[in-house]
Amino acid sequence: MGEVIAQTLFKKGAEASLHVATWNGRKVVLKTRFPKRYRHEKLDKNIRTYRTVHEPQLMNEAKKAGVPTPVIFQVDLRNSRIIMEFIEGKQIKQLLGSLSPNERKEMCTRIGEAIGKLHKHGVIHGDLTTSNMIVNREGRIFLVDFGLGEKSKELEAKGVDLHLMKRALQSTHYQYAEECFEAVTKGYAATVGEDRTKEIAGKIREIERRGRYVEGRKDDEEN
Amino acid sequence: MKKNDKTYCLGIESTADDFGVGISTFNGEILANVSDSYIPEKGGIHPREAARHHAQVANTVLEKALDNSGLKPRNLKIIAFSQGPGLGPSLRTGATVARALASYLNIPLVGINHSIAHIEIGKLKTGTHDPVTLYVSGGNTIVSAYDSGRYRIFGETIDIALGNCLDVFAREAGLKHQKGMPLGAALEELATQGENLVHLPYVVKGMDVSLSGLLTASISMLNKGKCKLEDLCYSLQEYAFSMVAEVTERALAHTEKKEVLLTGGVAANKRLQAMLKVIADEQDAHFNVVPREFATDNGAMIAWTGALAYKHGLSTPIEESNVRLRWRIEKVDVPWVK
Repeated sequence: MGEVIAQTLFKKGAEASLHVATWNGRKVVLKTRFPKRYRHEKLDKNIRTYRTVHEPQLMNEAKKAGVPTPVIFQVDLRNSRIIMEFIEGKQIKQLLGSLSPNERKEMCTRIGEAIGKLHKHGVIHGDLTTSNMIVNREGRIFLVDFGLGEKSKELEAKGVDLHLMKRALQSTHYQYAEECFEAVTKGYAATVGEDRTKEIAGKIREIERRGRYVEGRKDDEEN
Repeated sequence: MKKNDKTYCLGIESTADDFGVGISTFNGEILANVSDSYIPEKGGIHPREAARHHAQVANTVLEKALDNSGLKPRNLKIIAFSQGPGLGPSLRTGATVARALASYLNIPLVGINHSIAHIEIGKLKTGTHDPVTLYVSGGNTIVSAYDSGRYRIFGETIDIALGNCLDVFAREAGLKHQKGMPLGAALEELATQGENLVHLPYVVKGMDVSLSGLLTASISMLNKGKCKLEDLCYSLQEYAFSMVAEVTERALAHTEKKEVLLTGGVAANKRLQAMLKVIADEQDAHFNVVPREFATDNGAMIAWTGALAYKHGLSTPIEESNVRLRWRIEKVDVPWVK
């Protein structure tokens, strides 16, 4: 199966640790979901196994939808570990601030197109943030981190997905969150169509109002 | 003690089922923290009944707080009140008392965001400065951290709050409010006797959680009567707490902050505390939990946050003091932080 050599930790996330390594002469990423001591052992094992099985499947589906994702080389369920292609490039999270307003809009439009392609194909990413998007040297946008994703064609699931994107922009790129999300929506509409987008935008509003403390509900008129 | 040497803020809390009055000096010394809870005969909080309760106890609670502090009304410099978010009738009752006091004493009024007050009292009492905060109560489930002038929301519930989820299940299971022991504590007690993990839905979406499916599944298991109640309470806690713990850890990894603060009514739960402690350790951060007295809704947190806000030039003219039912923390400037 090939041996992994020269591992270096490059990201200790909350959900998994990422190591860069050499595997059969290739530069790869090892994504390992280590046990979480705070969770009940059985629950922890279930969650880690489920995500390790589903993530590569969804990445594969994303590719079919025309959205670049790293190539999967090996899945090791016993250790909850995935070996995948290393994408040379930059996280959009780091990139966004250095772009001009126009470049930023263009980048966000392309993000919207990618999300649109996923949704059209019934893939829900589940964790749309700018940290989970990598621009490679040729300027293609790769999506990573499908561990919280699912297959679904439901309006609700798509709405939540886009809502998360909006929230991620608001917490991390609050200076230009609004224009960025507008551009995301534009790209999304270009892919799935205006009518569908309107429907989903309505759903996002509904989701936002469902949360207990969100302004803009009818019962807000106060004295 | 010469009372004139210090400046005092009286804070009124009335967002839900508690009516509380606290008094704080401008330096964060808490001189009084008195509250009276509305306990429904059955079911959850009835907003109108809660408001009626608050109106009835307001005088007594105010007097007791002043007594405990040894202050006279004329010693007060400002009146702070929780302006939102929360239940309309409850909020309006507290706001009315606050407006009346401020105009009678002719001193400034300061409207405070209730959720921010939970964060500030936690920071004050634990000595944390720049934490990732998990604020969990009957009405809120929010993971937040400070950045550029405001507390930003990183994760939250997309449906019901954690405390609400536990309370509704506890009521369905027939657990009763006992004096000095909230429903959540009764559930926690039973959970410690559970041993077997029952399979339930675990729903994390990005940094948000969804708890309504978990609640529905738990109630349905309860009604089927095939598992022991202790096991169900245990499992519900394990699932719900693991979900909020997971998103807190993600926010911690994302922001790279070095402190974790657990605050709000559910913060009193020992199992939740233990989980967050592990997470903090794993992310090389310090874990802090607000003391029990200041975990549930209280007037002291409003008084202290009022003092902070006023010291930084903020006050609320009466005509702008309408309550704000769904006032999100990311809409509030917090010039006193850093």
